[in-house]
Amino acid sequence: MNHQNITFTSSPESVLATSKMLKNTYALLSMTLIFSGVMAFIGTAINLGHGAALVADIIAIAMLWFALPRTANSTAGIPVIFAITGLLGLGLGPVLNHYIAVNPSIVMTALGGTGVIFLGLSGYALTTRKDFSFMGGFLMVGMFVVLAAALANIFLQMPVLFLVVNAVIVMIMSGLILYETSSIIHGGETNYIMATASLFLSLINLFQALLHLLGAFGNDD
Amino acid sequence: MDWTQIGSALLLVAMLAFIFPRMRQAVKHSPKGSSQDWISFIIPLVAVIGFVILLIMMV
Repeated sequence: MNHQNITFTSSPESVLATSKMLKNTYALLSMTLIFSGVMAFIGTAINLGHGAALVADIIAIAMLWFALPRTANSTAGIPVIFAITGLLGLGLGPVLNHYIAVNPSIVMTALGGTGVIFLGLSGYALTTRKDFSFMGGFLMVGMFVVLAAALANIFLQMPVLFLVVNAVIVMIMSGLILYETSSIIHGGETNYIMATASLFLSLINLFQALLHLLGAFGNDD
Repeated sequence: MDWTQIGSALLLVAMLAFIFPRMRQAVKHSPKGSSQDWISFIIPLVAVIGFVILLIMMV
């Protein structure tokens, strides 16, 4: 690959900018994850229904598509990202309640597993400093195919397809974590609010996919 | 089929419509990776798959 052979001579300013960007992204990501966790707890405590969770998810996605790109370059982006992550956390309520009723250890294992995968992949991208921009097209095609398969399975109701979709989601979200982290390092992403949104979505999707896989394979009864 | 399934299906259709132009754009403009680049992606991916199998065995 051509761009791999180019010698990058990073100026102290650009190194400083990258390090500031990483610091801001991880700080905002930590805060949004805590807020989302609190909202997920509220969602489980009030026994939120599937309909309300779907409405929360639809509002969050609409905000992600229409409000966040318009506000991400200003301080108005901060409340928007908190609203999105809070609503997505709230939307986890019914899924969490379901798995807590089946086997509470599944939720904790999925949570810990998500954390380990995220830290491992971020550490890999940060230490190797490899440019994963070549994965952009591949990840987008993968995402499109997996969404189409998930849509088909609403009508087909095939358990095997459900598991395959979740296994592929784990792989795509892992790729997205590498892609986004590399993009921050190499200056492809310069807005920490957008970077936080991207990493948060990867994490929440990874967590849900792990929950479904552990719930399906780890169920002894 | 209840209304939440219809709502989920509509949401997925909207997501597909939203992603499609971005996917085409990404496929057209993404740099091509060498075999070395793909290996550097496959190694952590295999580690993730192994870790998920370990988690499944743990629960």
